[in-house]
Amino acid sequence: MTAKQTPLYETHLRYGGRIVEFGGWLLPVQYTGIKEEHQAVRKRAGLFDVSHMGEVRVTGANSLNFLQNLVTNDVSRLANNQVLYTPMCYPNGGTVDDLLVYKKRDKDYLLVINAANIEKDFEWMQSCTQDFDIKLENISTQMAQLALQGPLSQQILGKITSVPLSKLKYYWFWPDIEVAGKKVLLSRTGYTGEDGFEIYCSPEDAVPIWNSILEAGTSEGILPVGLGCRDTLRFEACFPLYGHELSSDISPIEAGIGMFVKLDKGDFIGCEVLRKQKLNGTARKIVGFEMVDRGVARAGYSVTQADREIGTVTTGSYAPSLDKNLGLAFIKSDHAKLGQAIAIQIRDKNVSAQIIAKPFYKREGK
Amino acid sequence: MNIPKELKYSKDHEWVAVEGNLATIGVTDFAQSQLGDVVFIELPDEDRVVTAGEAFSVIESVKAVSDVYAPVSGKIVKVNQALEDAPDWVNQDPYHDGWIAVIELTNDSEIDSLLSNEDYERVVAAEGGHQ
Repeated sequence: MTAKQTPLYETHLRYGGRIVEFGGWLLPVQYTGIKEEHQAVRKRAGLFDVSHMGEVRVTGANSLNFLQNLVTNDVSRLANNQVLYTPMCYPNGGTVDDLLVYKKRDKDYLLVINAANIEKDFEWMQSCTQDFDIKLENISTQMAQLALQGPLSQQILGKITSVPLSKLKYYWFWPDIEVAGKKVLLSRTGYTGEDGFEIYCSPEDAVPIWNSILEAGTSEGILPVGLGCRDTLRFEACFPLYGHELSSDISPIEAGIGMFVKLDKGDFIGCEVLRKQKLNGTARKIVGFEMVDRGVARAGYSVTQADREIGTVTTGSYAPSLDKNLGLAFIKSDHAKLGQAIAIQIRDKNVSAQIIAKPFYKREGK
Repeated sequence: MNIPKELKYSKDHEWVAVEGNLATIGVTDFAQSQLGDVVFIELPDEDRVVTAGEAFSVIESVKAVSDVYAPVSGKIVKVNQALEDAPDWVNQDPYHDGWIAVIELTNDSEIDSLLSNEDYERVVAAEGGHQ
């Protein structure tokens, strides 16, 4: 399969983006450098092209019931213009994907899903429609998406829109507003651990909006930022990444995001298994760790204790904001106590590490 | 891309500075730019004997793990311990402070099979097409 280009592909090249293939898409992993871009988002602002993300529209009389059955979080508590983060599970509790649910109005929802999972998710959703009077549309190709993230995001975006951004609360959105003179859906969401906005627009408006935001943010020191720092940012905040901390083999309870599994909302796919896991605990769980000895843990490396394998690293990296080598691992729960000494097998050597609390990074006031 | 004339190169993007029977090894400017921010270097032990083509050091950048290959055979007589605390020298000054190790040559003729700066420039051009 040939890798796909977002509407901003040429723009990335012009800005010096180093292009890699990610989930079937050609996207910049970095422009100037991951560390510099990471710090720009933590301290000022960074602009991501996240047009590869998938969008599915759900409409029809039974939309709410369909979604309540499909995902683990409680969609009924959404007001119009509100956003919900939720896992979506298989009957055995394994995770199909994690996604955002945008409620536009009654019987009209927008789901935002991971790029690499678009086809799988859409097929899964379709297989769950039989009892519901709804319409599902994969509108991924009709939408581009930008993410403006960082503490100065509101200040920058305020220059190119007349809407009062300070009134847009975290995890809320406005469906039809103008940014840089183009009609967009604007939400106060993101996956970096910082304040910020996500902007959904038509593909032909992506380039002018991108350019306007970068121009507006020049004096604030905004940078175009790539997927490399998107990963280090979400990793420091300990947000799970599908294919790493969440998968068909890892349930949301095991991943440590049980707060997004609402067992009191009525039946949903996976609820029996997830209820047992919440009640009895799980045999394995995702933990955070810090390297004690020198070395960088990477996804897939074995985690051991007293020379016995107890699990696997799901993400490991240098953490730029904390200047430490940290990791997340899926390990046996009996070995998951805070402070516990573990070892990471790095190139046939056992390198010491220690289990530490999550998240590694939390922005001030949060 | 900085490719100094006075150095020799391997097609695996190491540079070699030969003085007598000692060869100082590092990675090229092109290699460091491809790696991105270097955050950790696993240095070889001194006195280790290596054969040309053998992986003898590991460079970790934020996103990637890359082997460094010995461009020549011999005994490692010195390693750049400063990289333990300042691995980003490899990014900032790959041809000087970012050196990795010194190898005492066991086979002088291997030097002749290394690339000149012009040959290496062609390797970079061929690999750098997408950058």
